[in-house]
Amino acid sequence: MKPFDYSRADDAGSAVAAVMARPDAAFLAGGTNLVDHMKLGVAAPELLVDVTGLPLDRVEELPDGGLRIGATVRNSDLAAHPLVRRRLPVLSQALLAGASGQLRNAATTAGNLLQRTRCGYFQDVTTPCNKREPGSGCAAIGGWNRYHAVLGASEHCVAVHPSDMAVALRVLDAVVTVLGEDGERRVPVGEFHRLPGEAPEADTVLRHGELVTAVEVPPLPAGTRSGYRKVRDRASYAFALVSVAAAVETDGDRVREARIAFGGLAHKPWRAERAEEALRGASATDEAFREAAEAELRAARPLPGNGFKIPMARNTLAALLRELTTEERR
Amino acid sequence: MDSQLTLHVDGEPRSLTVDNRTTLLDALRDRLGVTSPKKGCDHGQCGSCTVLLGGRRVVSCLTFAVAHDGAEVTTAEGLAEADGRLHPLQQAFLDHDGFQCGYCTPGQICSAAGMLAEAEAGHPSSATADGDGPGGVPRPVPLDEEEIRERMSGNLCRCGAYGNIVDAIRAVAGR
Ligand SMILES: Cc1cc2nc3c(=O)[nH]c(=O)nc-3n(C[C@H](O)[C@H](O)[C@H](O)COP(=O)(O)OP(=O)(O)OC[C@H]3O[C@@H](n4cnc5c(N)ncnc54)[C@H](O)[C@@H]3O)c2cc1C
Ligand code: SF4
Ligand code: FES
Ligand code: FES
Repeated sequence: MKPFDYSRADDAGSAVAAVMARPDAAFLAGGTNLVDHMKLGVAAPELLVDVTGLPLDRVEELPDGGLRIGATVRNSDLAAHPLVRRRLPVLSQALLAGASGQLRNAATTAGNLLQRTRCGYFQDVTTPCNKREPGSGCAAIGGWNRYHAVLGASEHCVAVHPSDMAVALRVLDAVVTVLGEDGERRVPVGEFHRLPGEAPEADTVLRHGELVTAVEVPPLPAGTRSGYRKVRDRASYAFALVSVAAAVETDGDRVREARIAFGGLAHKPWRAERAEEALRGASATDEAFREAAEAELRAARPLPGNGFKIPMARNTLAALLRELTTEERR
Repeated sequence: MDSQLTLHVDGEPRSLTVDNRTTLLDALRDRLGVTSPKKGCDHGQCGSCTVLLGGRRVVSCLTFAVAHDGAEVTTAEGLAEADGRLHPLQQAFLDHDGFQCGYCTPGQICSAAGMLAEAEAGHPSSATADGDGPGGVPRPVPLDEEEIRERMSGNLCRCGAYGNIVDAIRAVAGR
């Protein structure tokens, strides 16, 4: 590991200035992703600016009933927050489906959004990877790609975004607040993460030195039920093969409005707008749920190792919608 | 590049100078001779390095020591009373034969201690019936086998002593 300087930021402005001033600087939060990458040689910052002492560790209620979640709130505290559990079950469930108790105690809101792909070639510096080393090629396309993308990938990168929390934030239409040299900007979470295209090295639209300060989540309309369902290779403590976040409003046995996002299928949380369109006004039946999934997944282009994700995504979506549209509550 | 810091390890202040690259786990084991946290994977995947940091369980391999100047660190060793009496979890692991080789055990015990405190505080897990229903879940969260297995999933046991580990933790959780 390269030697590095360490400093603790007391206020957000000076944290931004410190990282802006040096191209080799990085913010450090819980460290559960960055420290790992420094050990692996995937990241080699020469200055770490620790943001965990910043006053960004609160969950505040907004006047409209939404929540403003500070960038350094720990994932475990957010999942346990009474307002999150009561109003945004999808967010609490997604957080609790990720990592382990120990990791959630360290991981932060911003760090979770900014965690990098778990593509094994990205983490192995002896293999070609366009995300780690632009222009070197993509070892996953002709290699082991069980965990990789079926939607929105490019010939340069087929990695998926690993966060569970981000998938929930996508159905909630959250907004990321970002502090830069020229003040604050607001980025809808759907525009925060990128598709790989020609530039897979950039996971997000965040510029060097910009600090995520919070995530704002608008309230769900009254009567909306939300939830998260994750399928993985073992019962707990594993990344998603496929996951689905949904928020559904019903009117008798019809779907009035559904918001859906998939995890594990793409380089960013995948908002399923075609499926949402197909469900608007549809009867809440398994058949309709499956058709909606089909409408979305027609665009899927599986790799040799991950064709199973398409039926898995369809079944997982149908199961979650069934759960959210039936009377009995878990 | 070095830094000076003080860690309060198992109740004792310990001052040291570390290379910034030193993880909390390596600082404890190699610099301070506190070897109950174990290095299994060094990548956050096994839980054998679990300690309580300010009372909360974390993996000590994915954090730099320099980030924790002044922190309280409790290892499995430090859970015992000063007079040597074992912590209820330590005793329960003995009574229920909650280990084979013992390598994962200090991490299991620290993790269980942190986990019981989380359940006491009403923190949910994926196994907790929850959501938007009235009343939410009771505090402390009742810990059945499913809850314990889910909440302890960050601690792997290569010997597969899980059945007895669950029994040991249940015995303490039920008190
Ligand atoms: C074994 C293991 C299993 C896991 N399983 C899951 C899982 O199932 N699901 C899941 O979703 N996640 C999982 N994770 C990932 C975990 O959720 C992330 O590592 C964690 O959320 C990262 O948060 P952090 O605060 O530790 O970030 P750090 O590691 O500190 O930082 C991550 C990145 O964010 C940047 N950063 C941090 N804060 C800011 C800020 N305020 N502004 C700008 N940039 C910032 C850092 O510079 C760095 O690039 C797992 C991790 C491990 C090790
Ligand atoms: S899929 Fe993306 S991250 Fe993985 S090897 Fe290819 S370029 Fe790298
Ligand atoms: S050694 Fe830290 S989790 Fe395995
Ligand atoms: S007792 Fe051997 S690893 Fe758990």
